[in-house]
Amino acid sequence: MIGFTTAAYVVAAVLFILSLGGLSNQESAKRAVWYGIVGMALAVFATLIGPGSGLWLLSVPLIIGGGLIGYQLASKVEMTQMPELVAGMHALVGLAAVFVGFNAHFEIGNAAAAVAAGGDAVKELGAFGQLIAKKSAAEINILYVELSLGVWIGAVTFTGSVIAYGKLSGRVTSAAEKLPGGHMLNAGAAALSLLCLIWYLNSGGIFPLLILTIAALFIGYHLIMGIGGADMPVVVSMLNSYSGWAAAAIGFSLGNDLLIVVGALVGSSGAILSYIMCKAMNRSFVSVILGGFGGASGPAMEVEGEQIAIEADGVAAALDDADSVVIIPGYGMAVAQAQQNVAELTRRLRAKGKNVRFAIHPVAGRLPGHMNVLLAEAKVPYDIVLEMDEINDDFPETDVAIVIGSNDIVNPAAQEDPNSPIAGMPVLECWKAKQVFVSKRGQGTGYSGIENPLFFKENTRMFYGDAKASLDKLLTMIE
Amino acid sequence: MKIGTPKEVFEGENRVAMTPDSAKQLQKLGYDCAIESGAGAGAGFSDAAYEAAGVEVIKTAAGLWKEVDIVAKVRQPDATELKRLTSDKTLISFFNPAGNEEGMEAAKAKGANVIAMEMVPRISRAQKMDALSSMANIAGYRAVIEAGNNFGRFFTGQVTAAGKVPPAKVLVVGAGVAGLAAIGTSTSLGAITYAFDVRPEVAEQVESMGAEFVYLDFEEEQADGAATGGYASVQSDEFREAQLAKFRELAPEVDIVITTALIPNRAAPILWTKDMVEAMKPGSVIVDLAAERGGNVEGTVADEKVVTDNGVTIVGYTDFPSRMAAQSSSLYATNIRHMMADLTPEKDGQVNHNMEDDVIRGATVTFEGEITFPPPPPKVQAIAAKPKEVVPELTPEEKRAAEVAAFKAQTKQQVTLLGVGGALMLLVGLVAPASFMQHFIVFVLACFVGFQVIWGVAHSLHTPLMAVTNAISSIIILGALMQIGSGSFLVILLAALSVFMAGINIFGGFLVTRRMLAMFQKS
Repeated sequence: MIGFTTAAYVVAAVLFILSLGGLSNQESAKRAVWYGIVGMALAVFATLIGPGSGLWLLSVPLIIGGGLIGYQLASKVEMTQMPELVAGMHALVGLAAVFVGFNAHFEIGNAAAAVAAGGDAVKELGAFGQLIAKKSAAEINILYVELSLGVWIGAVTFTGSVIAYGKLSGRVTSAAEKLPGGHMLNAGAAALSLLCLIWYLNSGGIFPLLILTIAALFIGYHLIMGIGGADMPVVVSMLNSYSGWAAAAIGFSLGNDLLIVVGALVGSSGAILSYIMCKAMNRSFVSVILGGFGGASGPAMEVEGEQIAIEADGVAAALDDADSVVIIPGYGMAVAQAQQNVAELTRRLRAKGKNVRFAIHPVAGRLPGHMNVLLAEAKVPYDIVLEMDEINDDFPETDVAIVIGSNDIVNPAAQEDPNSPIAGMPVLECWKAKQVFVSKRGQGTGYSGIENPLFFKENTRMFYGDAKASLDKLLTMIE
Repeated sequence: MKIGTPKEVFEGENRVAMTPDSAKQLQKLGYDCAIESGAGAGAGFSDAAYEAAGVEVIKTAAGLWKEVDIVAKVRQPDATELKRLTSDKTLISFFNPAGNEEGMEAAKAKGANVIAMEMVPRISRAQKMDALSSMANIAGYRAVIEAGNNFGRFFTGQVTAAGKVPPAKVLVVGAGVAGLAAIGTSTSLGAITYAFDVRPEVAEQVESMGAEFVYLDFEEEQADGAATGGYASVQSDEFREAQLAKFRELAPEVDIVITTALIPNRAAPILWTKDMVEAMKPGSVIVDLAAERGGNVEGTVADEKVVTDNGVTIVGYTDFPSRMAAQSSSLYATNIRHMMADLTPEKDGQVNHNMEDDVIRGATVTFEGEITFPPPPPKVQAIAAKPKEVVPELTPEEKRAAEVAAFKAQTKQQVTLLGVGGALMLLVGLVAPASFMQHFIVFVLACFVGFQVIWGVAHSLHTPLMAVTNAISSIIILGALMQIGSGSFLVILLAALSVFMAGINIFGGFLVTRRMLAMFQKS
């Protein structure tokens, strides 16, 4: 049976890789998700019938029960709530990793006791226990390191994801908040964890492992509390990465190659996503994690002019005259649940033969690719939804650019004002369009708290009001 | 205020600076208009037509000059006219300030303000009052017509029952406004048209008009036309030699030559020498639009048509616009009217002579008893022709070298990374037991595969990517499943909880991914 299980693991690993690789385009992605499902089913099945498993009667109903809840969650969730869902699910993986890590610790204890007792005691252990019983002292030490690493990362992921979930769903304030002491607290907790690890290696007791876990839980909580709402794309992809590394660490301690492979795949995927997000904001990973924007290196450029408001009829007239329209959605569109109205506007404009496209900044929204999913939900065809690099050069030939609920990602200060906190961040150059309409609730600033000169430009008109209500009004004027 | 136009006193001048149409527009600006009796006769505008447009007709020139506050005319004023200026009058006219020192002194002595129409700067905003351009346009057109008049053949090629007629070949030298107008006229008559200009940047304009630009085999940095206000500047001797050699080569071929080369404030350069004239076929025609400044052609006589010994006609008329007086008067009057519009921003019939304005400042030659010529350079750069960014064309060797360098740098980077990575592996291998190393190899390879695969994921699919990685990261369930068979109650409890949570994740993650992916639709 061991041979079959291993073979099944190999197939599952290949299927997982194909599943991730298939996401390179929308069509192959639909097939790719099935690879993942089959891979997972195969892996679970092989483990259930493989060595060391027991208590089928308990495992199978639990999986089915969990599956039912998962099914409910996944079918009910609104697309605007995707970030919360993803963050919440990371928390589950993190917690599971902590539990499995603790179990490994208990099993080491049991195995040691069994070996000491000698005779048949070893044989009565589970498969995992038997494996441990054969290990040398050096191997046991490495096992300690692996499992405490798994527990530590899992615990950080757990509290971090819970806080991220809270922030994204609005249950926790999305502002960056830190306890007094700030990052010194985090550093202290990390140092404490390291001490506990050494203590644990020497003693092998449960107590240092518990303290280590508590320290890690604190780090996860405090780290994510200190990061503001708009940096959530980075945070969520970082937690995604952590959940993978936790799985990989647990895989080492259990000696399970499939866990290692999948953990590494997920870990690197999250790491790359974080990197892409940071690059899109022109900030280093460390500065995002440490929270808040760095101080400006000089006085910000004075913004001249005034914001000129416009009513729906003016926007409708301009849209009527325009041949090419680019819509730039942001988090505000998701908050106002306006994606259906945006899609309806797009359909009507396209029916009139106008060239309507969407420009998506990599960090628009609260999750990588968040806007794409929302627009897809509203049945906007994906081939008119373009990335920043694809569309930035087209703005000078664009008649009308409509900014819906985005702010920092269309801020010309990033290019024009070297003292701006967001200087150098790649932005959508919508101000090069002949006319820009900005749908916005009020005159406030964006997440970064800096003034947006776009709103003061001569070709910009402010279309104040809730995005959904504004678009409703606009739709009545466009037949 | 009152604006008036006297009859032109210059012999043979038919143009007039005000037409009934422009008078109506001037009245809209708040001005009263007056005209000397018979002033429009040469251009075909009768006194009655003026009266119908609400213009006061004044019998004598003296009466008109006395009556009005602003005098608009065409030709440079003569001594008598200058005497009629007073300190409260404004004169708008061609004035030739560079060659009319006495005129400016006289105007200064009288204290009158003089606006010279040829001094209107060549900027986009002032094009509507650029009389030189509008007159040059007419001259270019008329030059071709005049050449046709003296040319005993068709312009266009024809194949008739009575035999084949080759098309005429026309060479236009100088592709300014007049040159371009001549090119347009000539090509639309059907001639094969060549054009030459010392400013290579006009080649595009020439070709857009349907002519072929004559390039020289000459390598020298040409002065950018934009730096000199869009006009040609003086050329080096070497350049001139190359140019003449090219013309010598063309002379026997072409039937009609139209020269329009003028350099501001200098005598016209000689471009078509005697030997070229002699090399031309009998019956050929040369029209020299620069005749007033001495001519571009050796043998040009200003205001006359001469026929050389070898039967080449050289037309040296200087009054082409006046020969089309109706057309040129209406264009010139419009230029004047635009100038007045700029002088009257309030549209209240009062002149606001704003010397801060680039256009008005540039065109004003005397102002409140001061000579204000020459004007300072305009603040707005003429003709927004930026020097093109020259990206040096890389030779194949250079490209190759760059590629090799990039390749080497890449190799170096990769080798360094591999070296450091390999050394780290060795270090780990030295201390870690073999069982760990086995798993570690798997781990490193998986990371490597992950990095390779994830870069290919489309940006728009990042949310599905997160959901699917989330689902497969619940592979942690395998660990829990392996532990759940343990004897210890605590272990079973924790493992059971893990199985349950991972179960939620697996189903939830995959399902939501499928939901999302199903939504992505092509248009």
